[in-house]
Amino acid sequence: MDVATLTTLAGIVEYAVPVLFASIGENFTEKAGLINLSVNGTIILSAMSGFVVAMTVDSIFLGFLVGAVVGAIVAAIVAFSSITLKQSQVAIGFVLALLCRDLAYFLGAPYTNKPGLFLSKVPIPVLADIPFIGPVFFNHSLVVYASYLFIIIAYVFMFKTRSGLMLQGIGERPSAAFARGANVKALRYFYTILGGLLIGLAGPMYSLAVKIGWAGQLSGLDGIGWIALAITIFGGWNPLRVAFGAYLFGGLQQLGITLQSTTNIPIQILQAAPFPLMIFTLLLVNVGRAEWVDRELAAMPEKPRIVLSKILRALRTSPPASLGVPFENE
Amino acid sequence: MKISFQHINKWFGKVHANNDINFTIPSGTIQGILGENGAGKSTLMKVLTGFYQADSGEIFLDDKAVTISSPEDAVMMGIGMLHQDPLDFPPMKVIDNFLLGTRGGLFPNRKQVEKDITRLSQEFDFQINPDSFVETLTVGERQQLEILRLLWLGVKVLILDEPTTGISANQKEKLFATLLKLASQGLTVIFVSHKLEEVEQLCSRVAVFRQGQLVGEVMPPYDTDQFVYMMFGKSVEVADKSTFRSEVPYIKLENISLEDYRLRLRDINLEINCGEVIGLAGMEGSGQRLFLRMLTGLMRPVGGSILYGGHNFTGRTYPVFQKAGVAYLPAARLEEGLIPGMTLTEHFILSEEHHELFVNQKSAIDLTEDRIREFYIKGTPASQIEQLSGGNQQRALLALLRNKLRLILMEHPTRGLDIESAIWIWSKMKERCKDCTSIVFTSSDLDEIIQYSDRILVFFGGLVSKPIDADTTTVDELGQLIGGKGW
Repeated sequence: MDVATLTTLAGIVEYAVPVLFASIGENFTEKAGLINLSVNGTIILSAMSGFVVAMTVDSIFLGFLVGAVVGAIVAAIVAFSSITLKQSQVAIGFVLALLCRDLAYFLGAPYTNKPGLFLSKVPIPVLADIPFIGPVFFNHSLVVYASYLFIIIAYVFMFKTRSGLMLQGIGERPSAAFARGANVKALRYFYTILGGLLIGLAGPMYSLAVKIGWAGQLSGLDGIGWIALAITIFGGWNPLRVAFGAYLFGGLQQLGITLQSTTNIPIQILQAAPFPLMIFTLLLVNVGRAEWVDRELAAMPEKPRIVLSKILRALRTSPPASLGVPFENE
Repeated sequence: MKISFQHINKWFGKVHANNDINFTIPSGTIQGILGENGAGKSTLMKVLTGFYQADSGEIFLDDKAVTISSPEDAVMMGIGMLHQDPLDFPPMKVIDNFLLGTRGGLFPNRKQVEKDITRLSQEFDFQINPDSFVETLTVGERQQLEILRLLWLGVKVLILDEPTTGISANQKEKLFATLLKLASQGLTVIFVSHKLEEVEQLCSRVAVFRQGQLVGEVMPPYDTDQFVYMMFGKSVEVADKSTFRSEVPYIKLENISLEDYRLRLRDINLEINCGEVIGLAGMEGSGQRLFLRMLTGLMRPVGGSILYGGHNFTGRTYPVFQKAGVAYLPAARLEEGLIPGMTLTEHFILSEEHHELFVNQKSAIDLTEDRIREFYIKGTPASQIEQLSGGNQQRALLALLRNKLRLILMEHPTRGLDIESAIWIWSKMKERCKDCTSIVFTSSDLDEIIQYSDRILVFFGGLVSKPIDADTTTVDELGQLIGGKGW
């Protein structure tokens, strides 16, 4: 396999990482029954603050830490206004998404295009030398390796541990979870803030590792948060499938970069293309819910009907039953 | 465990839901709690299980005063409740349902719990597979699952709230056998119900509630008339069984096949006559809903044809069926039938045909007031629909039906209503049958089905019975069919 292909594949793995953390973070929040719509703004704000802090205090670690804290704070605002003040989660999240983005551009202006720190690549000995797999998966910075572990931990936690079961419980049927001893509100606070922390990590992952630097509006981060929200839905609130969605989006972004150098398709189209394509995949996943699809299926002959409806059902996902619904202990 | 209530009072706003309740339930008995909907039975049970705190009064367990501040507290003290709609997690697996909320390390011992479930299932002769998803179980199986879970948690008192709604005759037999066995092992069972015959059959003592008060405690031998009098404060007349079925077929189903991802119904043939009432019996999820939705055009059959008054309606959509005089009253009143947040008047505006751009408020309010009077709705034209009680919402749904209809489809038309409302609603429906309107309805109450239907279809696991004459069948016979026997 030639070097260009390997570079592209390695790029997909790398580009997917921040989206992956943000989507799985949102996955935790939504599994608990809350929607944190602020993802887009959070990522940009934490990218800026992570970059600036790392540069000023000369510590990459502190850069990541600050990114996570920014995410946690924004999420805490969402949690407080929706759980305690009972305001609309959607309205609060949306306003925060806009506010954080513009705040990042404003506060970050003095640091635009300054040279700063970044995570260097650390090839893993032995593994990096395996043909194909090595260069694609094991010649990256530390955040990429962290993402591999993270996917597995998130999945095992959600579906195999006692705490994970309760997490599912409070998002599915908080009244039943309450009857089994859950402090629903406290847990929802916890998972919203945890989710925000993970979303916040996505910022410095961009500015310190994947898309190094801070270039204000030209950083190209605007919009990614919305995609992360879509990937959570695409992934059916399951970290494994969410990770797949993140790789898919990373692939689409990489494809744009590759096509840019090999064809004369206008760059604006290539930059925008991943977004409508993501919407299209989302549509594909949930089209089985539409009544007209049912009607068309019913009119088909037996064989294709059964095959098609099986495919549509396998693709289909359903959200936690109490997503976005406030909870009161009677 | 012996339970004693001392001067329990509970208010909801101006409603005195529990008015100075005093009584004692001895250990190892099956205590019946009998009363109409809204009599205060469930409130008292929720006080006992920590969902509510009493405004005053005390609870004693084995002569010790206790404070039960949450449902988890209650389970720790050995009191578990099986709710009417089991408090479980439908999209999750049986084993995860068992584990959810248990204390212990991060990783539960699944193998052990799996063994426990299998052992308990065998002990009570239930068939529950730890690996199946709860949403694929019937209501009866979900109850069995909850009972097993509570026993596994070590409860000494088991409360069951209207447990026989939505389960088959076989499952009911099994449930009763289980309860008797548990009582003989020393458990205290509290059986909450509004069904007289069940309470009489099962309970070793009965407390009767009416309008928030404990009317009296009764020991066997029981006298049904006395129970009725205690429950209602008067004797209740039974509904008449008049029929307006004509011999003129209006709707013809020819070789209809239906399917969704779980169920396939094959080759249904049926003629529905003018003025006829057809009851659909069967456990929930046996295909009755598919059948009703097919009759409304909401679901397209995968084979066969539907003829309405001679016209072929196969493959047509809901609006076409509506125009032809079909109305559908789904079970989820507030979700699918009414619009929460809108007033009664606004509902009438939406349901009447209008051709002007602007709404004539005056005539809309007049119409609403007329219907409120005609249908005895407790509310005003400006009442928000969700503020009405269940019974009044159901009346409002009926009042919203247009005048000329050929077919009315209803899911559980009287679920959650008191006997008097139920009788009234049926008399109103039967009036429509006089004008050649046909009715198809589902109900989990077999008495209701036999009482009001002309013919009955039984659904079981994708099978649909031939029409059964309601005059010649019995609750027992239907119960057997629903449970899958005698096909």
